[in-house]
Formats: sequence, C-alpha cells, structure tokens
Amino acid sequence: MSAPAAVETHDEVEYQKPHGRRKEALLGRSPQDTSAGWLNYVLLTIIVVVGAWPIYWAGVIMTAGEDKIYKPGTPEFLPGTWEIAKFNFDVITMRIQPQGYPNYSSSNFERSFMNSILVVAIVVTSTLFFCSLAGFAFAKLRFKGRDPLFYFVVLTLTIPAQLGIVGGYQIMEALGWLGTLLAVTVPALVSAFGVFYMRQFIEDAIPDELIESARVDGATTFRVYASIVVPIIRPAMGVLGLLTAVGAWNEYIWSLVVVGGSEWQTIGPALHNLRAGATPKASIMLTGSFLASVPLILLLVVAGRQIVRGLMEGAVKA
Amino acid sequence: MSAKSVTAKAADAPGRDGTTSKKGPQSSLWARFDHSVVPYILISPFFLLFIGFGIFPIVYSAIISFQSYRIESPAYRSGESVPQFTRRNVGLENYERVITSGDFLQALGNTFGLFILSAVPQLLFALFIASLLNRKLRMQSFYRVGILIPFITPIVASSIVFSVFFARDMGQANWVLSLFNVETTRGEGGTLTTFDGIDWRNQRWSAWLAIIIMINWKWTGYNALLYLAAMQSIPKDVYEAAALDGAGATRQLWSITVPMIRPMVIFTVVLSTIGSLQLFAEPVQFDPNPSLGEGGGVRHLWRTVAQLIWHTGWGAPKNFGMAGAMSWVLFVVVVVVAALNAYLTNKIGGRK
Repeated sequence: MSAPAAVETHDEVEYQKPHGRRKEALLGRSPQDTSAGWLNYVLLTIIVVVGAWPIYWAGVIMTAGEDKIYKPGTPEFLPGTWEIAKFNFDVITMRIQPQGYPNYSSSNFERSFMNSILVVAIVVTSTLFFCSLAGFAFAKLRFKGRDPLFYFVVLTLTIPAQLGIVGGYQIMEALGWLGTLLAVTVPALVSAFGVFYMRQFIEDAIPDELIESARVDGATTFRVYASIVVPIIRPAMGVLGLLTAVGAWNEYIWSLVVVGGSEWQTIGPALHNLRAGATPKASIMLTGSFLASVPLILLLVVAGRQIVRGLMEGAVKA
Repeated sequence: MSAKSVTAKAADAPGRDGTTSKKGPQSSLWARFDHSVVPYILISPFFLLFIGFGIFPIVYSAIISFQSYRIESPAYRSGESVPQFTRRNVGLENYERVITSGDFLQALGNTFGLFILSAVPQLLFALFIASLLNRKLRMQSFYRVGILIPFITPIVASSIVFSVFFARDMGQANWVLSLFNVETTRGEGGTLTTFDGIDWRNQRWSAWLAIIIMINWKWTGYNALLYLAAMQSIPKDVYEAAALDGAGATRQLWSITVPMIRPMVIFTVVLSTIGSLQLFAEPVQFDPNPSLGEGGGVRHLWRTVAQLIWHTGWGAPKNFGMAGAMSWVLFVVVVVVAALNAYLTNKIGGRK
C-alpha cells in the first residue's frame, strides 16, 4: 500500500469517528481480543438452534405422535406427553404391536442399539491401545523404515473408505463373517487417523529427556510406554476415544452391507430398516432417530469441550 | 523432527562404545532386542490389521473389477432357473461398460454437482461462523460445542428427519416457504392441485437444494471449528501492523485472516472433496423408500455414485464386478479432483 493512500485512509477514519469493531480493528486489536457485539451473539445462537433443530424436533414428534407430523398450518414445536412417548418407545422396541403399524423385526431396534454400544466399546478400546503403541513407536523410537512407513499411513488418510467396500464384503463372506460381530468390529480395530493423531501428540508432549532418563534407569520400551507415555497422553487418548466413538456409532454403509438385517445389526442399518415395509410410520422413524442420537448428545454434553479441543488441536497440527 | 530425534538416537543406539550399558540391569542381548525388534512389535498389530482389513480390501476390489462377478440365472432344461454367482476374468470389460454407461455418468454428474454446489457455500459460511466465534465471547464453550451438534448427530438420523422436512405436503420446509407465499400449482383441469412451497423431489434443482442443505447443515460447524483453530494461531501483532496501515475489520479479515489460514483452507477443501464425492446417506434417505427401487427418485435425479455402487452390488443387479470398477473409477476421479482443488486453492490464495 502506497504512502498517500494510507494517509487518506487515516483522514477518513478521523472523519467517520469509528466505533465498535471497526474502532478496535483500527487500534490494532486482534479479532480474538475484540468483544463480540450483540449481533454476534444473535447469529451464533440462531446457528446453534438450527443445528439442534432436527433432533429436537424428532424428540417432539416422539412425544406428540404420528398425527402431529403432517398437520396444516404451523408445525408442532413443543413436546407432547409421556404417554405418547411411552407408546412410541414400546412400538419401536416391539413391546407392543398396534394395528396399522408395520412389523419392526427387521430393524430390531433395541438389540441393534445394544450391539452398537458393544461395537463402540470394542472399537474404542482397541483403537486407543494399538494406535497409541504405534504412535509411540513412530514418535520416539528409531527403527529402519520408520519414516516411509509413517508417510504411508498419512497417505492412506486420503483414501475414501468406500473404495474397499466391494472387496471388503467379499473378504467377509469368504471368512464367513457376514452378519456377525466380527464384520463390524475387526475392520475398525485400528485407524490410520488414530496413529497419526497419537504420533503428533506424543512427539510434542513427551520430552526425549524423560524417555532417555528412564532408559538409563534400565526401563524397557514397554515399560516406558506403560509408565511414562500412557499417563502423559491420557487427555489425547480421551479425545481420540471420543472421536472414534462418534465415528463408530454413526457408521452406515459398511454395516448396512455386512450386518444389515442380521442379529448383529448396528444402529445405522436399524434406522435404515425402520423405513422398510409398505406403510412406514414417520413417527417411529423419528422416534428411532431421536433415540439413536441420545447417546452422542449426552457425550457432547459431558465431553463437548474435550471434543472441541481435540478437533482444534488435531487440525492445527495437521 | 530430525533435531529432536538426535538425542533419541544417541540414547537408543546400543553398544556404541559401550556408552548405553551404563546402569542397565538387562543383558546386552535383551537390550539389543529391545532396541531393534520391539519397535516393530509395537507397530505390527496396527499394520497387520490395517493391511488386512484396510488395504487388502481395496486391492481385492481392484481384482474383482476385472472379473465378471455377478448373479446369473442359467435356465435348465426343466425350465427352472437357479440364481447363482458366477465369476470369470473379463479384463477391462467392466471399465468399458462403466465409463460408457449413462447411469454411471449421470451419477458422476450428480455427485459432482452436489459436491461443488455444497462445498463452496459451506466453506464460505464456515469462514463466516469462524469469524463470529473468533471474538471475545461470553459462554465461548457453549457456542463452540453447540455448533458441533450436527457433526455428532448420526447421519442416518438427521437425514431421516430432513426427508420428513422436505415432504411435499405439510413438510416444514414448505411451511417456511408458505410464510413467504411461495406456492406451486400443478396439473390441469379437474386435477389441478395447489400446495404451499415446492414439490422437492419432483425436479432436479429442488432435490439437489434439499440434499445440499442436509450436507451443509452437517458439516459447516465442523469446518468453522477448524478455521477457528487456524485463526487463533495467527500472531496478534500482525493485526497491529495492519491497523497502522489503516485496514478496518473487514479488510483485515480478507487481507490477513484468510490468507494466513490458507493451509487450513486447503485442508478443508481436500477433506470436503473426499467426503462429498462419497456422498451416500443423505441421498439414500431422501428417497421415498430407500429399501426399494434404484435410488435417486424416479429419474435418478439425485442418485450419487456411492448409491449406484451400493445398488449395483447389493441391489437387484448383484454385479460386484461392475461395482468394483465403479469404485475405482470414482477413486481416480477423487484423487484428480482433490489434487486439482488443492492446487487451485493454493494458487488463488497465493496471489494475495
């Protein structure tokens, strides 16, 4: 910017008597030290409400019933009664089979919900263990082929998972794993992202001197992992565990293909199958959508800050 | 990275002039094992599982794509036909049929259209939200966590709810439009019907718009958080320098903030390219009945490649060879487009 232009701008500034954000910006204050104005809060609140709306409304319909979904005029915005919620819950869990409702055995919602909890528990545990082991090795140990192997892992982060679905399905079939718990857990036991994330964190969080001095005291690599690395990376493991849990709970196309309709069906295909049949009931679809979201909403309420921190930290390091 | 490892190397290198056997109680054989073999033991569970169930399926998809692997019903003399899977090598035949198939090209067009039309507004809007968040805020955590609600909502669940919102009669989307007096009249003579809003599934633009809204609802907040992370790592004194030049808040956003978070912009462009070219849940659940039919409505208006792969392999055709070929063609396209996008984003940003 040429000098005369700058002078001109300054003149303009004085003339306008700047205020608010503009004033703070002209004082050289960075955006994050600038106080948010009321409009800022209004817009952010609207965004949060829009984000929460679909699941909130699914909950409204669970408590208000089928006849409140499509009604003339203003849509139903407020929750109904416990009785209707209980009714919809009983229908979806197949405790009752009222007239006019399809049979929900292909969804098997309750069992599928429990299956998903089990799958998440297995997948999270194993991802944390195996990925932190590998991440530790990549971050702090020296061995032949370390860097090429790690670049290979990073490279595979960009491969869309769907590319393997046709081959993966055939492998599951050959192993006889279709419709079993193995098909939805074993392929998800580790993730390239997990190794990447763990390696970045361990690299930064653990000083080499600490490991060195433990080694001088005669600690083996396993001992270093168990008594130095794990305690320090516990927060990062928490974050990775949360992100893995969200991903595993929301998994859809793979579980639809390998366990859809079976006794080991997970929550994704279960929701999908709520729509099966000649006359699907929208109220039951929405009840299922709401119930399937509850665990993750709870997770966000309890550990939202950690999830946010993890995403933001992970992003900057990437 | 390399500077840090130097110390580790010195510590790890066994038997270098006997320096490492200072106090170690273990025998040198065990120490050598610990240094040279144990690292591989640590990474091997990951690699075994990852290669077996992450990489091998991809390779196997490629093998299947060169085979005719599908269900066929040979007719027997008795007049019966027993469907069975047949499998034989056919070379490039599947690829030839895929790239000349109208269905595939249509699906590819849909996927691309949906990707471009969703990604551009999504990333701009994410930038806007990030700059809203990048202020001194009360209840900062509440807003940051709040914008992640769509990200954690199960994608099938939210897509089901949206498919109800976009119903022709008395859906919420049309209720909103009715507030602005938008109406559609269709039919002629005695069958003339008028309804509020739009018949969302009846034409391409409205079906696409509905799906784009679903995609952007889900991913904008997530991208905004990534941008926010990048914005917060910009050194503050840069803004002081800009203020000396008389740049106002808007000018600072476009001339400082955006160029400085360029790596993150490239990252999100690549992520959303990979993500949206695999688009599956939203279009599937937008179907009136996802379990029947061929997907994407009557004229496949919104059928994506992922949906077509699913239909080809697991729907009526049961043709895994074709499905495998489609996956690989899609992959090549994804790689080319992601690379091109990263290049273009870099180039455009670089001019500033």
